[in-house]
Amino acid sequence: MITFSEIKKSLAVSLWFVFLTFPIMVIRVNTIENLIVWRWKNMAFIGIGSFFLSFVWRYFLKRKDAGRKTDESGEAEKPSLAGRIMEEPKIYRPMLTAIAVFALVFPFIFSSYQVNIMTTALMYVMLGLGLNIVVGLAGLLDLGYVAFYAVGAYSYALLNYHFHLGFWTLLPVSAMLAATFGVLLGFPVLRLRGDYLAIVTLGFGEIIRLILENYNEFSFGPSGIANIPRPGFFGIKFSLEGAITYVYFLMIGMTLFTIFVVNRLQNSRIGRAWIALREDEIACQAMGIDKTKTKLTAFALGATWAGMAGAIFAAKTTFVNPASFTFLESAMILSIVVLGGMGSILGVILGAMLLILLPEYLRAFSDYRMLLFGAIMVVMMVFRPQGLVSNVRRTYQFKQDFQD
Amino acid sequence: MDYFLELFFGGLTRGSIYALIALGYTMVYGIIELINFAHGEIYMIGAFSALIAASVLTMLGLNQIAILVIASVVAVIYSSAYGFTVEKIAYKPLRHAPRLSPLISAIGMSIFLQNYVLLAQTSDFLPFPALIPEFAFMEPYSHIISSAEVVILMTTAFVMVLLTLLIKFTKIGKAMRATAQDRDMAMLVGVNVNRVISVTFIIGSSLAAIGGVLIASHIGMINFYIGFIAGIKAFTAAVLGGIGSIPGAVLGAFVLGWTESFATGYVSSDYEDVFAFTLLVFILIFRPAGILGRSTTQKV
Repeated sequence: MITFSEIKKSLAVSLWFVFLTFPIMVIRVNTIENLIVWRWKNMAFIGIGSFFLSFVWRYFLKRKDAGRKTDESGEAEKPSLAGRIMEEPKIYRPMLTAIAVFALVFPFIFSSYQVNIMTTALMYVMLGLGLNIVVGLAGLLDLGYVAFYAVGAYSYALLNYHFHLGFWTLLPVSAMLAATFGVLLGFPVLRLRGDYLAIVTLGFGEIIRLILENYNEFSFGPSGIANIPRPGFFGIKFSLEGAITYVYFLMIGMTLFTIFVVNRLQNSRIGRAWIALREDEIACQAMGIDKTKTKLTAFALGATWAGMAGAIFAAKTTFVNPASFTFLESAMILSIVVLGGMGSILGVILGAMLLILLPEYLRAFSDYRMLLFGAIMVVMMVFRPQGLVSNVRRTYQFKQDFQD
Repeated sequence: MDYFLELFFGGLTRGSIYALIALGYTMVYGIIELINFAHGEIYMIGAFSALIAASVLTMLGLNQIAILVIASVVAVIYSSAYGFTVEKIAYKPLRHAPRLSPLISAIGMSIFLQNYVLLAQTSDFLPFPALIPEFAFMEPYSHIISSAEVVILMTTAFVMVLLTLLIKFTKIGKAMRATAQDRDMAMLVGVNVNRVISVTFIIGSSLAAIGGVLIASHIGMINFYIGFIAGIKAFTAAVLGGIGSIPGAVLGAFVLGWTESFATGYVSSDYEDVFAFTLLVFILIFRPAGILGRSTTQKV
């Protein structure tokens, strides 16, 4: 299959990348001691790596093109693996039971360190599902999602600090405050076209972070707020490990609640309005859907989830500071949604588990985490824009049998 | 008055750097309607390549002017190479995809490039050699405007003129304008659109590289993160002036530069970036088409 011209092409690519990465990968300067380190080994890595990667890249591009052609020729698309699993009760019932049992016994078999990691992953599932409403369903690219997360975390932290209110009182308050911020931001900017919206939300996220960092009288600046109480449970005092287990189960409950709500939303009137709006704004308006109101609900609901996750985050870590709410966090949540599959609940869960758990267990690669996130976003968009688990659209079939 | 003038020229310098980066945004947007998120990173890579080249050359013992010239050339070459490659990898396969896809791909590219430089080089701020010499004749005015600022202003002006000539009078400039107006039509009359897009990326990236070298040698420090904020601000400038419009980008950049300079000078320097973002939000709310842009109605 591999012809001479292909090898020549790959050689050219490899040479190009060697040239491209030469100053950054090979030379490292130490401007203080005036030393130059030459790392020729890297050059070899790049050359060989890009040579083989270019084969893979072209192979997948070709496959994608072929796939597009079969789509155009109108051949029936076979349902995806995930779709088939979801439709077959014999497969998904035992699977769900297994997952449920695993989730229940998890904190009792594994150390509290593992439980903590799992709790974090569940938090990202929640955040991902929240962002999924905005990006996946309504098609509004929100790059400042972390701002609402920050609003949630800080409202719990600050209201608790000033008024000594408990976690369960403040959880809905944080959610509501975040939703208010969502509406406040959404109201003026939702008239904008998609890409402008992305930048404005990004700017908004940065504004919130910079205010939290600089407005010392209000938010205690970069040092943050410490000693935030953990969530209470009818006044029972937990040991540290007990508290971790409790937060874990709390997160399981919240995740299930989120999945339930998002699932119901997806097939509701408003959910279908979001999807329609994402597909074609003008046709949607012609059908009598209030564009601003629909988009605002998406924004507010997305923000609500971020707010709740924020409050739980503050309660779990007992400490918040602005450094937890940088743009990278938004990018991470976005890559969870993109990797999993925009609009697909199962996909987002899978994406969050993969992106949060893998770097935790592959410690050696944890430096490459953000590099990987960036690469995933590009590669997914180029080869599989629908994500790992593509969203199964509700379809209706007309059965011929009735005519007999 | 001196303070005012100092802020005025400070803002003008900032503005011209933003303008150099914003031109890349606005040209790419004009042609393929994509916010090239990775553009800020291209600027950062330009600055890094220049730093590396300058350090190597300093050790070889060249004189300052030669280092300045060679480092700038290296920066321009590498930035355009990166811009070209980024387009080929992340945007070209997505030419016919829904609008959100290339944007997400661009964000991914930006994160990738940032971390690539972070891992391959360092996360610390690196001191950048002051490549721009101090002129003796500027001595009396040094409290208002420094030599480096003069060089930045003059270079920017020169580059702008060059760019205008290129776009107005050359064949590729004409092809670029045609592609910006209507890509399909341009293809029909025999414009090689892929080539035009590549050239646009190369020109935009070279401008960003020049901006990168100038600002890095003026401020004297770079790290892997400089591209992100600079990119967003330059984008703000491009939107401010009306995205897609070249004079608009320059005007927007100056407005943004002055806003930041005066706001930090007279109000508070803690909120420097907040001013820029607030300006962006307000512009988009009240005049989404920008200062020089014309609003277009979408037809079905």
